[in-house]
Amino acid sequence: MESDLRSELSRQGVMIVSLEALYNWGRSNSLWPLGFGLACCAIEMMAASMARFDLARFGAEVFRPSPRQADLMIVAGTVTKKMAPQVVRLYNQMPEPKYVMAMGACAISGGPFKQGYNVLKGIDRYLPVDVHVPGCPPRPEALIEGLMALQRRIMRQRLTGPERPRHLQAGEASELPVPTLGARDIEPPYHAAVWRPPRVARAS
Amino acid sequence: MIDRGGSRRDECEAGGEDAGRLEVSMGPQHPSTHGVFRMDVVLEGETVVRLKPVFGYLHRNHEKIAEQTTYLGSMPYTDRLDYFCSLTSNWAYALAVEKLAGLAVPERAEYLRVITAELTRLQNHACQMGFMLQDLGAMGTPMMYAFREREKILDLFESLTGSRMMCNYMRFGGCRADAPAGWIEAARGVVGDFPRFLDEYEALLATNEIVMARTQGVGVLPRDLAINASASGPVLRASGVGYDIRKTDRYGVYDRFDFRVPVGDHGDCYDRFMLRLLEMRESVKILEAALEQIPAGPVIDGKVKLRNFKPRAGEAYGRIEGPKGEIGFYLISDGSASPYRYRVRPPSLINLTALEEMCLGQKVADVVVILGSIDIVLGEVDR
Repeated sequence: MESDLRSELSRQGVMIVSLEALYNWGRSNSLWPLGFGLACCAIEMMAASMARFDLARFGAEVFRPSPRQADLMIVAGTVTKKMAPQVVRLYNQMPEPKYVMAMGACAISGGPFKQGYNVLKGIDRYLPVDVHVPGCPPRPEALIEGLMALQRRIMRQRLTGPERPRHLQAGEASELPVPTLGARDIEPPYHAAVWRPPRVARAS
Repeated sequence: MIDRGGSRRDECEAGGEDAGRLEVSMGPQHPSTHGVFRMDVVLEGETVVRLKPVFGYLHRNHEKIAEQTTYLGSMPYTDRLDYFCSLTSNWAYALAVEKLAGLAVPERAEYLRVITAELTRLQNHACQMGFMLQDLGAMGTPMMYAFREREKILDLFESLTGSRMMCNYMRFGGCRADAPAGWIEAARGVVGDFPRFLDEYEALLATNEIVMARTQGVGVLPRDLAINASASGPVLRASGVGYDIRKTDRYGVYDRFDFRVPVGDHGDCYDRFMLRLLEMRESVKILEAALEQIPAGPVIDGKVKLRNFKPRAGEAYGRIEGPKGEIGFYLISDGSASPYRYRVRPPSLINLTALEEMCLGQKVADVVVILGSIDIVLGEVDR
Protein backbone atom coordinates (compact mmCIF):
# COMPACT_ATOMS: atom_id res chain seq x y z
CA MET A 1 0.00 0.00 0.00
CA GLU A 2 1.17 3.50 -0.66
CA SER A 3 2.63 5.17 2.37
CA ASP A 4 0.55 8.31 1.81
CA LEU A 5 -2.67 6.37 1.94
CA ARG A 6 -1.47 4.41 4.94
CA SER A 7 -0.62 7.51 6.92
CA GLU A 8 -3.89 9.14 5.91
CA LEU A 9 -5.83 6.13 7.13
CA SER A 10 -3.89 5.90 10.39
CA ARG A 11 -4.67 9.56 11.02
CA GLN A 12 -8.30 8.63 10.88
CA GLY A 13 -7.84 5.74 13.24
CA VAL A 14 -7.75 2.95 10.66
CA MET A 15 -4.80 0.62 10.75
CA ILE A 16 -4.19 -1.75 7.91
CA VAL A 17 -1.64 -4.51 8.35
CA SER A 18 -1.14 -7.93 6.95
CA LEU A 19 -2.08 -10.79 9.19
CA GLU A 20 1.52 -11.90 9.10
CA ALA A 21 2.80 -8.57 10.41
CA LEU A 22 0.16 -8.47 13.14
CA TYR A 23 0.91 -12.03 14.19
CA ASN A 24 4.63 -11.45 14.27
CA TRP A 25 4.22 -8.13 16.05
CA GLY A 26 2.16 -9.70 18.78
CA ARG A 27 4.44 -12.63 19.20
CA SER A 28 7.71 -10.70 19.19
CA ASN A 29 6.46 -8.36 21.89
CA SER A 30 5.31 -11.02 24.29
CA LEU A 31 8.21 -13.42 24.52
CA TRP A 32 7.97 -15.43 27.70
CA PRO A 33 11.39 -16.62 28.77
CA LEU A 34 11.96 -19.77 30.74
CA GLY A 35 13.16 -18.85 34.23
CA PHE A 36 16.17 -21.00 33.93
CA GLY A 37 19.52 -19.98 35.34
CA LEU A 38 22.60 -22.12 35.00
CA ALA A 39 25.43 -19.99 36.32
CA CYS A 40 26.78 -16.47 36.59
CA CYS A 41 24.87 -15.13 33.58
CA ALA A 42 21.59 -15.92 35.32
CA ILE A 43 22.30 -13.14 37.80
CA GLU A 44 22.68 -10.62 34.99
CA MET A 45 19.51 -12.05 33.45
CA MET A 46 17.73 -11.36 36.73
CA ALA A 47 19.28 -7.92 36.92
CA ALA A 48 17.91 -7.25 33.43
CA SER A 49 14.42 -8.12 34.60
CA MET A 50 14.66 -5.86 37.65
CA ALA A 51 13.64 -2.24 37.97
CA ARG A 52 16.72 -0.58 36.54
CA PHE A 53 16.90 -2.33 33.18
CA ASP A 54 13.26 -3.38 33.14
CA LEU A 55 12.91 -6.11 30.59
CA ALA A 56 9.16 -5.53 30.82
CA ARG A 57 9.57 -2.65 28.38
CA PHE A 58 10.14 -5.30 25.74
CA GLY A 59 7.37 -7.57 26.90
CA ALA A 60 9.72 -10.28 28.09
CA GLU A 61 9.53 -9.99 31.86
CA VAL A 62 7.23 -12.96 32.42
CA PHE A 63 9.79 -15.53 33.47
CA ARG A 64 7.96 -18.83 33.60
CA PRO A 65 9.19 -21.60 35.88
CA SER A 66 7.61 -24.25 33.65
CA PRO A 67 8.86 -24.94 30.12
CA ARG A 68 5.29 -25.64 29.06
CA GLN A 69 4.46 -21.97 29.36
CA ALA A 70 7.64 -20.50 27.91
CA ASP A 71 8.67 -19.74 24.38
CA LEU A 72 12.18 -18.39 24.81
CA MET A 73 14.96 -20.37 26.42
CA ILE A 74 17.79 -18.18 27.60
CA VAL A 75 20.69 -20.57 28.18
CA ALA A 76 22.33 -18.41 30.83
CA GLY A 77 25.57 -19.96 31.94
CA THR A 78 27.93 -22.87 31.64
CA VAL A 79 26.31 -26.04 30.33
CA THR A 80 28.09 -29.03 31.80
CA LYS A 81 27.93 -32.49 30.38
CA LYS A 82 25.80 -33.54 33.33
CA MET A 83 23.34 -30.73 32.67
CA ALA A 84 23.19 -30.90 28.86
CA PRO A 85 20.60 -33.74 28.69
CA GLN A 86 18.32 -31.78 31.01
CA VAL A 87 18.70 -28.63 28.91
CA VAL A 88 17.70 -30.52 25.76
CA ARG A 89 14.81 -32.14 27.61
CA LEU A 90 13.58 -28.74 28.74
CA TYR A 91 13.78 -27.52 25.16
CA ASN A 92 11.72 -30.49 24.04
CA GLN A 93 9.09 -29.69 26.65
CA MET A 94 8.61 -26.17 25.35
CA PRO A 95 5.75 -25.69 22.91
CA GLU A 96 6.35 -24.36 19.42
CA PRO A 97 7.17 -21.70 18.32
CA LYS A 98 10.23 -21.61 20.51
CA TYR A 99 13.52 -19.80 20.41
CA VAL A 100 16.88 -20.28 22.04
CA MET A 101 19.28 -17.59 23.12
CA ALA A 102 22.82 -18.54 24.10
CA MET A 103 23.79 -16.00 26.75
CA GLY A 104 27.41 -15.59 27.65
CA ALA A 105 30.70 -17.07 26.54
CA CYS A 106 30.11 -20.43 28.26
CA ALA A 107 26.82 -21.16 26.53
CA ILE A 108 28.29 -20.07 23.19
CA SER A 109 31.56 -21.97 23.27
CA GLY A 110 32.49 -23.13 26.76
CA GLY A 111 34.04 -19.75 27.47
CA PRO A 112 36.77 -19.60 30.09
CA PHE A 113 35.95 -23.16 31.15
CA LYS A 114 36.32 -24.57 27.66
CA GLN A 115 39.30 -26.73 28.62
CA GLY A 116 37.34 -28.37 31.42
CA TYR A 117 36.58 -32.06 30.98
CA ASN A 118 33.00 -31.63 32.11
CA VAL A 119 32.10 -28.51 30.14
CA LEU A 120 30.09 -28.56 26.95
CA LYS A 121 31.76 -26.48 24.27
CA GLY A 122 28.69 -24.60 23.24
CA ILE A 123 25.00 -25.41 23.52
CA ASP A 124 24.58 -24.97 19.73
CA ARG A 125 25.86 -28.53 19.40
CA TYR A 126 22.48 -29.73 20.63
CA LEU A 127 20.02 -26.89 20.19
CA PRO A 128 19.28 -24.57 17.27
CA VAL A 129 20.43 -21.26 18.73
CA ASP A 130 18.75 -18.15 17.33
CA VAL A 131 20.75 -15.42 19.05
CA HIS A 132 24.20 -15.47 20.59
CA VAL A 133 24.86 -12.81 23.25
CA PRO A 134 28.59 -12.61 23.91
CA GLY A 135 30.13 -11.44 27.17
CA CYS A 136 31.31 -12.93 30.42
CA PRO A 137 28.75 -12.22 31.67
CA PRO A 138 26.94 -10.00 29.15
CA ARG A 139 25.68 -6.79 30.65
CA PRO A 140 21.89 -6.46 30.94
CA GLU A 141 22.03 -4.01 28.06
CA ALA A 142 23.61 -6.73 25.94
CA LEU A 143 20.84 -9.15 26.87
CA ILE A 144 18.27 -6.53 25.89
CA GLU A 145 20.08 -6.05 22.58
CA GLY A 146 19.97 -9.80 22.05
CA LEU A 147 16.27 -9.81 22.80
CA MET A 148 15.69 -7.01 20.31
CA ALA A 149 17.68 -8.93 17.71
CA LEU A 150 15.37 -11.88 18.29
CA GLN A 151 12.34 -9.62 17.99
CA ARG A 152 13.59 -8.33 14.64
CA ARG A 153 14.12 -11.90 13.56
CA ILE A 154 10.58 -12.86 14.51
CA MET A 155 9.24 -9.82 12.66
CA ARG A 156 10.87 -11.07 9.47
CA GLN A 157 9.32 -14.52 9.65
CA ARG A 158 6.98 -15.56 6.84
CA LEU A 159 3.87 -17.52 7.67
CA THR A 160 3.58 -19.14 4.26
CA GLY A 161 5.90 -20.21 1.50
CA PRO A 162 9.02 -22.30 1.57
CA GLU A 163 10.82 -19.92 3.97
CA ARG A 164 8.28 -20.38 6.72
CA PRO A 165 9.79 -21.33 10.07
CA ARG A 166 10.20 -24.81 11.41
CA HIS A 167 7.05 -24.88 13.49
CA LEU A 168 4.90 -24.22 10.44
CA GLN A 169 6.50 -26.91 8.30
CA ALA A 170 4.50 -30.09 8.41
CA GLY A 171 6.61 -33.09 9.23
CA GLU A 172 9.41 -31.18 10.93
CA ALA A 173 10.17 -32.61 14.34
CA SER A 174 9.93 -30.11 17.17
CA GLU A 175 11.82 -32.36 19.54
CA LEU A 176 15.46 -33.21 19.46
CA PRO A 177 17.02 -36.43 20.73
CA VAL A 178 18.27 -36.12 24.30
CA PRO A 179 21.98 -36.87 24.65
CA THR A 180 23.04 -39.34 27.29
CA LEU A 181 26.09 -39.75 29.44
CA GLY A 182 27.98 -42.64 27.91
CA ALA A 183 30.86 -44.64 29.29
CA ARG A 184 33.46 -42.03 28.39
CA ASP A 185 31.72 -38.89 27.26
CA ILE A 186 28.38 -37.41 26.40
CA GLU A 187 26.81 -39.21 23.46
CA PRO A 188 26.36 -38.18 20.72
CA PRO A 189 28.98 -35.39 20.75
CA TYR A 190 26.61 -33.20 18.70
CA HIS A 191 23.39 -33.40 16.72
CA ALA A 192 24.24 -33.34 13.05
CA ALA A 193 20.88 -31.69 12.31
CA VAL A 194 21.82 -28.52 14.17
CA TRP A 195 25.62 -28.42 14.21
CA ARG A 196 28.56 -29.67 12.22
CA PRO A 197 32.22 -29.38 13.17
CA PRO A 198 33.78 -26.47 11.30
CA ARG A 199 35.78 -27.53 8.27
CA VAL A 200 39.30 -26.21 8.06
CA ALA A 201 40.29 -25.59 4.47
CA ARG A 202 43.89 -26.64 4.03
CA ALA A 203 45.97 -26.06 0.94
CA SER A 204 47.25 -29.50 0.00
CA MET B 1 32.71 -38.54 59.77
CA ILE B 2 30.35 -35.98 61.19
CA ASP B 3 28.64 -36.82 64.42
CA ARG B 4 25.17 -35.70 63.54
CA GLY B 5 23.48 -36.40 66.82
CA GLY B 6 21.10 -38.54 64.85
CA SER B 7 17.93 -38.13 66.88
CA ARG B 8 15.78 -36.58 64.17
CA ARG B 9 16.97 -38.97 61.52
CA ASP B 10 16.30 -41.98 63.75
CA GLU B 11 12.82 -40.72 64.45
CA CYS B 12 12.09 -40.42 60.74
CA GLU B 13 13.67 -43.73 59.89
CA ALA B 14 11.66 -45.48 62.61
CA GLY B 15 8.58 -45.38 60.43
CA GLY B 16 10.23 -47.86 58.10
CA GLU B 17 9.60 -48.31 54.41
CA ASP B 18 6.04 -47.45 53.62
CA ALA B 19 4.07 -47.69 50.42
CA GLY B 20 2.62 -44.26 51.12
CA ARG B 21 5.96 -42.59 50.62
CA LEU B 22 6.49 -40.36 47.67
CA GLU B 23 9.84 -39.55 46.15
CA VAL B 24 10.14 -36.13 44.56
CA SER B 25 13.12 -34.91 42.60
CA MET B 26 13.39 -31.15 43.05
CA GLY B 27 15.72 -29.75 40.46
CA PRO B 28 18.02 -29.33 38.66
CA GLN B 29 15.54 -27.05 36.92
CA HIS B 30 13.40 -25.77 39.74
CA PRO B 31 12.54 -22.16 40.47
CA SER B 32 13.68 -22.42 44.06
CA THR B 33 17.00 -24.20 43.80
CA HIS B 34 19.11 -21.11 43.13
CA GLY B 35 20.70 -22.61 40.08
CA VAL B 36 21.14 -26.22 39.13
CA PHE B 37 20.97 -27.92 42.50
CA ARG B 38 18.90 -31.05 42.89
CA MET B 39 17.30 -32.55 45.97
CA ASP B 40 15.81 -36.01 46.02
CA VAL B 41 13.15 -35.67 48.67
CA VAL B 42 11.21 -38.57 50.16
CA LEU B 43 7.88 -37.46 51.52
CA GLU B 44 5.34 -38.98 53.83
CA GLY B 45 2.27 -36.92 53.19
CA GLU B 46 3.87 -33.51 53.13
CA THR B 47 6.57 -34.28 55.66
CA VAL B 48 10.14 -34.79 54.58
CA VAL B 49 11.54 -38.09 55.79
CA ARG B 50 14.67 -38.18 53.68
CA LEU B 51 16.54 -35.69 51.57
CA LYS B 52 19.48 -36.38 49.35
CA PRO B 53 21.29 -33.48 47.74
CA VAL B 54 22.69 -34.16 44.26
CA PHE B 55 25.56 -31.98 43.15
CA GLY B 56 27.67 -31.64 40.07
CA TYR B 57 25.40 -29.98 37.54
CA LEU B 58 27.72 -26.98 37.45
CA HIS B 59 31.03 -28.72 37.97
CA ARG B 60 33.32 -26.58 35.86
CA ASN B 61 36.70 -28.08 36.75
CA HIS B 62 37.86 -24.94 38.49
CA GLU B 63 40.54 -26.67 40.54
CA LYS B 64 42.00 -28.69 37.69
CA ILE B 65 42.08 -25.68 35.39
CA ALA B 66 43.83 -23.69 38.10
CA GLU B 67 46.50 -26.36 38.42
CA GLN B 68 47.29 -26.00 34.73
CA THR B 69 47.43 -22.25 34.54
CA THR B 70 49.65 -19.67 36.20
CA TYR B 71 48.97 -18.26 39.64
CA LEU B 72 47.69 -15.00 38.23
CA GLY B 73 45.70 -16.85 35.58
CA SER B 74 43.46 -18.34 38.28
CA MET B 75 42.39 -14.95 39.57
CA PRO B 76 39.60 -14.46 36.98
CA TYR B 77 38.34 -17.97 37.73
CA THR B 78 37.93 -17.11 41.41
CA ASP B 79 35.47 -14.41 40.29
CA ARG B 80 33.29 -17.13 38.87
CA LEU B 81 33.29 -19.29 42.01
CA ASP B 82 30.72 -17.32 43.90
CA TYR B 83 29.44 -14.97 41.31
CA PHE B 84 27.71 -12.72 43.78
CA CYS B 85 30.90 -12.09 45.73
CA SER B 86 33.79 -12.04 43.29
CA LEU B 87 35.81 -9.62 45.37
CA THR B 88 35.88 -11.73 48.51
CA SER B 89 36.94 -14.80 46.52
CA ASN B 90 39.67 -12.66 44.93
CA TRP B 91 40.84 -11.61 48.35
CA ALA B 92 40.93 -15.11 49.80
CA TYR B 93 42.99 -16.33 46.86
CA ALA B 94 45.32 -13.34 46.95
CA LEU B 95 45.76 -13.88 50.68
CA ALA B 96 46.71 -17.53 50.16
CA VAL B 97 49.28 -16.66 47.51
CA GLU B 98 50.65 -13.81 49.62
CA LYS B 99 51.13 -16.25 52.49
CA LEU B 100 52.82 -18.67 50.15
CA ALA B 101 55.19 -16.10 48.69
CA GLY B 102 55.56 -13.95 51.77
CA LEU B 103 54.32 -10.71 50.25
CA ALA B 104 53.26 -7.62 52.13
CA VAL B 105 50.34 -5.45 51.08
CA PRO B 106 50.41 -1.62 51.12
CA GLU B 107 48.07 -0.01 53.58
CA ARG B 108 45.85 1.71 51.04
CA ALA B 109 45.31 -1.61 49.28
CA GLU B 110 44.28 -3.20 52.58
CA TYR B 111 41.68 -0.51 53.05
CA LEU B 112 40.43 -0.90 49.49
CA ARG B 113 40.13 -4.63 50.11
CA VAL B 114 38.10 -4.09 53.26
CA ILE B 115 35.86 -1.57 51.51
CA THR B 116 35.20 -3.78 48.49
CA ALA B 117 34.68 -6.87 50.66
CA GLU B 118 32.16 -5.13 52.90
CA LEU B 119 30.33 -3.67 49.90
CA THR B 120 30.21 -7.21 48.54
CA ARG B 121 28.72 -8.38 51.81
CA LEU B 122 26.04 -5.70 51.65
CA GLN B 123 24.90 -6.61 48.15
CA ASN B 124 25.14 -10.35 48.77
CA HIS B 125 23.06 -10.25 51.93
CA ALA B 126 20.51 -7.90 50.38
CA CYS B 127 20.04 -10.22 47.41
CA GLN B 128 20.03 -13.34 49.55
CA MET B 129 17.17 -11.93 51.58
CA GLY B 130 15.37 -11.05 48.38
CA PHE B 131 15.73 -14.61 47.09
CA MET B 132 14.67 -16.15 50.37
CA LEU B 133 11.55 -14.00 50.49
CA GLN B 134 10.79 -14.91 46.92
CA ASP B 135 10.98 -18.54 47.99
CA LEU B 136 8.47 -17.65 50.69
CA GLY B 137 6.10 -16.45 48.02
CA ALA B 138 6.78 -12.71 48.04
CA MET B 139 7.23 -12.69 44.29
CA GLY B 140 9.22 -9.81 42.98
CA THR B 141 8.95 -6.93 45.39
CA PRO B 142 11.66 -7.75 47.99
CA MET B 143 13.96 -8.75 45.17
CA MET B 144 13.27 -5.54 43.29
CA TYR B 145 14.25 -3.56 46.38
CA ALA B 146 17.38 -5.65 46.90
CA PHE B 147 18.50 -5.37 43.31
CA ARG B 148 17.86 -1.62 43.39
CA GLU B 149 20.46 -1.35 46.16
CA ARG B 150 22.72 -3.87 44.47
CA GLU B 151 22.88 -1.80 41.29
CA LYS B 152 24.22 1.17 43.24
CA ILE B 153 27.01 -0.99 44.64
CA LEU B 154 27.70 -2.56 41.25
CA ASP B 155 28.14 0.92 39.80
CA LEU B 156 30.86 1.48 42.38
CA PHE B 157 32.50 -1.82 41.43
CA GLU B 158 32.32 -0.95 37.78
CA SER B 159 34.04 2.40 38.15
CA LEU B 160 36.67 0.85 40.41
CA THR B 161 37.40 -2.41 38.60
CA GLY B 162 35.87 -2.09 35.15
CA SER B 163 33.31 -4.85 35.58
CA ARG B 164 30.00 -5.19 37.33
CA MET B 165 30.27 -8.75 38.50
CA MET B 166 33.58 -10.32 37.51
CA CYS B 167 35.81 -7.78 39.13
CA ASN B 168 39.21 -9.53 38.96
CA TYR B 169 40.54 -6.75 41.15
CA MET B 170 42.97 -8.14 43.70
CA ARG B 171 46.56 -8.86 42.84
CA PHE B 172 49.30 -10.55 44.84
CA GLY B 173 50.67 -7.74 46.96
CA GLY B 174 47.84 -5.28 46.54
CA CYS B 175 45.05 -4.28 44.20
CA ARG B 176 45.09 -3.77 40.46
CA ALA B 177 44.20 -0.11 40.29
CA ASP B 178 43.66 2.80 42.59
CA ALA B 179 40.21 4.23 43.10
CA PRO B 180 39.36 6.84 40.45
CA ALA B 181 38.83 10.46 41.43
CA GLY B 182 35.63 10.92 43.38
CA TRP B 183 35.14 7.22 44.04
CA ILE B 184 35.58 7.44 47.80
CA GLU B 185 32.98 10.21 47.97
CA ALA B 186 30.59 8.22 45.79
CA ALA B 187 31.08 5.17 48.01
CA ARG B 188 30.43 7.30 51.06
CA GLY B 189 27.16 8.41 49.51
CA VAL B 190 26.03 4.85 48.77
CA VAL B 191 27.01 3.65 52.25
CA GLY B 192 25.33 6.64 53.85
CA ASP B 193 22.06 5.83 52.08
CA PHE B 194 22.17 2.14 52.83
CA PRO B 195 20.71 2.23 56.37
CA ARG B 196 17.57 3.78 54.92
CA PHE B 197 17.09 0.67 52.80
CA LEU B 198 17.74 -1.51 55.83
CA ASP B 199 15.17 0.40 57.88
CA GLU B 200 12.65 0.04 55.08
CA TYR B 201 13.34 -3.66 54.70
CA GLU B 202 13.18 -4.26 58.41
CA ALA B 203 9.97 -2.32 58.84
CA LEU B 204 8.35 -4.28 56.01
CA LEU B 205 9.58 -7.72 56.85
CA ALA B 206 11.05 -8.26 60.30
CA THR B 207 7.69 -8.33 62.05
CA ASN B 208 5.70 -9.45 59.04
CA GLU B 209 3.27 -12.09 60.18
CA ILE B 210 3.76 -14.37 57.18
CA VAL B 211 7.53 -14.17 57.35
CA MET B 212 7.46 -14.99 61.05
CA ALA B 213 4.99 -17.85 60.65
CA ARG B 214 6.93 -19.41 57.81
CA THR B 215 10.45 -19.04 59.23
CA GLN B 216 10.31 -19.16 63.03
CA GLY B 217 11.09 -22.64 64.29
CA VAL B 218 11.64 -23.85 60.73
CA GLY B 219 14.89 -25.51 59.75
CA VAL B 220 16.52 -25.40 63.17
CA LEU B 221 20.24 -26.11 63.09
CA PRO B 222 21.35 -26.91 66.66
CA ARG B 223 24.55 -25.40 67.89
CA ASP B 224 26.42 -28.71 68.23
CA LEU B 225 25.44 -29.91 64.81
CA ALA B 226 26.45 -26.59 63.26
CA ILE B 227 29.90 -26.95 64.77
CA ASN B 228 30.23 -30.61 63.83
CA ALA B 229 29.17 -29.97 60.26
CA SER B 230 31.82 -27.20 60.12
CA ALA B 231 29.24 -24.66 59.10
CA SER B 232 30.52 -21.12 58.93
CA GLY B 233 29.34 -17.61 58.32
CA PRO B 234 25.77 -16.51 59.05
CA VAL B 235 24.56 -20.13 59.22
CA LEU B 236 26.93 -20.88 62.10
CA ARG B 237 26.41 -17.58 63.88
CA ALA B 238 22.62 -17.90 63.72
CA SER B 239 23.01 -21.15 65.67
CA GLY B 240 24.61 -19.24 68.52
CA VAL B 241 28.33 -19.55 67.83
CA GLY B 242 30.08 -16.20 67.78
CA TYR B 243 32.75 -17.20 65.30
CA ASP B 244 33.80 -14.63 62.73
CA ILE B 245 37.15 -14.87 60.98
CA ARG B 246 37.32 -11.10 60.81
CA LYS B 247 37.57 -11.24 64.60
CA THR B 248 39.54 -14.45 65.10
CA ASP B 249 42.15 -14.02 62.35
CA ARG B 250 42.12 -10.23 62.17
CA TYR B 251 43.43 -10.44 58.64
CA GLY B 252 43.93 -7.25 56.66
CA VAL B 253 43.19 -4.22 58.76
CA TYR B 254 40.04 -5.53 60.46
CA ASP B 255 41.60 -4.98 63.88
CA ARG B 256 41.25 -1.24 63.36
CA PHE B 257 37.48 -1.24 63.13
CA ASP B 258 34.96 -1.41 65.87
CA PHE B 259 32.17 -3.82 65.02
CA ARG B 260 30.09 -6.44 66.73
CA VAL B 261 29.43 -10.01 65.65
CA PRO B 262 25.68 -10.66 65.86
CA VAL B 263 24.73 -14.10 67.14
CA GLY B 264 21.40 -15.90 66.86
CA ASP B 265 19.51 -17.74 69.57
CA HIS B 266 17.48 -20.47 67.90
CA GLY B 267 19.28 -21.30 64.69
CA ASP B 268 16.09 -21.24 62.66
CA CYS B 269 15.42 -19.57 59.32
CA TYR B 270 14.20 -16.39 60.99
CA ASP B 271 17.45 -16.08 62.95
CA ARG B 272 19.49 -16.50 59.80
CA PHE B 273 17.36 -13.85 58.14
CA MET B 274 17.63 -11.35 60.98
CA LEU B 275 21.30 -12.06 61.48
CA ARG B 276 22.03 -10.91 57.94
CA LEU B 277 20.11 -7.71 58.56
CA LEU B 278 22.18 -7.04 61.67
CA GLU B 279 25.39 -7.97 59.90
CA MET B 280 24.69 -5.44 57.19
CA ARG B 281 24.38 -2.74 59.82
CA GLU B 282 27.79 -3.72 61.18
CA SER B 283 29.21 -3.69 57.66
CA VAL B 284 27.93 -0.17 57.20
CA LYS B 285 29.79 0.80 60.38
CA ILE B 286 33.02 -0.77 59.09
CA LEU B 287 32.59 0.92 55.72
CA GLU B 288 32.03 4.34 57.23
CA ALA B 289 35.17 4.01 59.33
CA ALA B 290 37.25 2.59 56.46
CA LEU B 291 36.17 5.30 54.03
CA GLU B 292 37.10 7.85 56.68
CA GLN B 293 40.50 6.38 57.57
CA ILE B 294 41.77 5.30 54.13
CA PRO B 295 45.31 6.65 53.73
CA ALA B 296 47.03 7.84 50.57
CA GLY B 297 49.79 5.81 49.01
CA PRO B 298 50.45 3.03 46.51
CA VAL B 299 47.93 0.22 46.06
CA ILE B 300 50.38 -2.46 44.96
CA ASP B 301 53.91 -3.41 45.80
CA GLY B 302 55.65 -2.52 42.54
CA LYS B 303 58.40 -5.08 43.06
CA VAL B 304 56.15 -8.11 42.75
CA LYS B 305 56.62 -9.72 39.36
CA LEU B 306 53.09 -10.80 38.53
CA ARG B 307 53.89 -12.05 35.04
CA ASN B 308 56.50 -14.67 35.78
CA PHE B 309 55.31 -15.40 39.28
CA LYS B 310 56.94 -18.42 40.88
CA PRO B 311 56.57 -18.71 44.65
CA ARG B 312 58.96 -20.94 46.55
CA ALA B 313 57.95 -24.51 47.25
CA GLY B 314 55.64 -24.89 50.21
CA GLU B 315 52.01 -24.76 51.15
CA ALA B 316 49.64 -22.14 52.46
CA TYR B 317 46.01 -21.76 53.43
CA GLY B 318 44.44 -18.34 53.14
CA ARG B 319 40.95 -17.75 54.41
CA ILE B 320 38.67 -14.83 54.94
CA GLU B 321 35.15 -14.31 56.19
CA GLY B 322 33.17 -14.15 52.99
CA PRO B 323 29.51 -13.18 52.99
CA LYS B 324 28.53 -16.87 52.96
CA GLY B 325 31.14 -18.09 55.42
CA GLU B 326 34.73 -19.13 55.50
CA ILE B 327 36.11 -19.01 51.97
CA GLY B 328 39.59 -20.46 51.86
CA PHE B 329 42.19 -21.49 49.33
CA TYR B 330 44.74 -24.18 50.02
CA LEU B 331 47.74 -24.07 47.74
CA ILE B 332 50.74 -26.36 47.39
CA SER B 333 53.59 -24.94 45.37
CA ASP B 334 56.43 -26.96 43.87
CA GLY B 335 58.28 -23.84 42.81
CA SER B 336 56.89 -23.80 39.29
CA ALA B 337 54.63 -21.23 37.67
CA SER B 338 51.43 -23.08 38.49
CA PRO B 339 50.26 -24.57 41.78
CA TYR B 340 50.82 -28.28 42.34
CA ARG B 341 47.53 -28.51 44.19
CA TYR B 342 44.83 -25.95 44.38
CA ARG B 343 41.90 -26.51 46.64
CA VAL B 344 38.94 -24.29 47.41
CA ARG B 345 37.10 -24.48 50.69
CA PRO B 346 33.67 -23.33 49.56
CA PRO B 347 31.39 -22.12 52.35
CA SER B 348 28.19 -22.86 50.41
CA LEU B 349 28.99 -26.53 49.94
CA ILE B 350 30.01 -27.13 53.53
CA ASN B 351 27.00 -25.24 54.89
CA LEU B 352 24.86 -27.50 52.72
CA THR B 353 26.06 -30.66 54.42
CA ALA B 354 23.64 -30.07 57.28
CA LEU B 355 20.72 -29.53 54.90
CA GLU B 356 19.15 -32.93 55.44
CA GLU B 357 19.09 -32.60 59.23
CA MET B 358 17.56 -29.16 58.93
CA CYS B 359 14.83 -30.40 56.60
CA LEU B 360 13.85 -33.70 58.23
CA GLY B 361 10.40 -33.56 59.78
CA GLN B 362 9.57 -30.30 58.03
CA LYS B 363 6.96 -29.77 55.36
CA VAL B 364 8.04 -29.89 51.73
CA ALA B 365 7.22 -26.21 51.26
CA ASP B 366 9.65 -25.36 54.04
CA VAL B 367 12.52 -27.14 52.31
CA VAL B 368 12.56 -24.31 49.81
CA VAL B 369 12.78 -21.73 52.58
CA ILE B 370 15.50 -23.63 54.43
CA LEU B 371 17.59 -23.88 51.29
CA GLY B 372 17.05 -20.18 50.68
CA SER B 373 18.16 -19.34 54.20
CA ILE B 374 21.46 -21.19 53.84
CA ASP B 375 22.41 -18.96 50.92
CA ILE B 376 24.12 -21.14 48.35
CA VAL B 377 25.64 -20.30 45.02
CA LEU B 378 26.09 -23.26 42.73
CA GLY B 379 29.26 -21.97 41.12
CA GLU B 380 30.88 -22.41 44.48
CA VAL B 381 29.13 -25.62 45.52
CA ASP B 382 30.11 -27.55 42.41
CA ARG B 383 33.12 -25.49 41.32
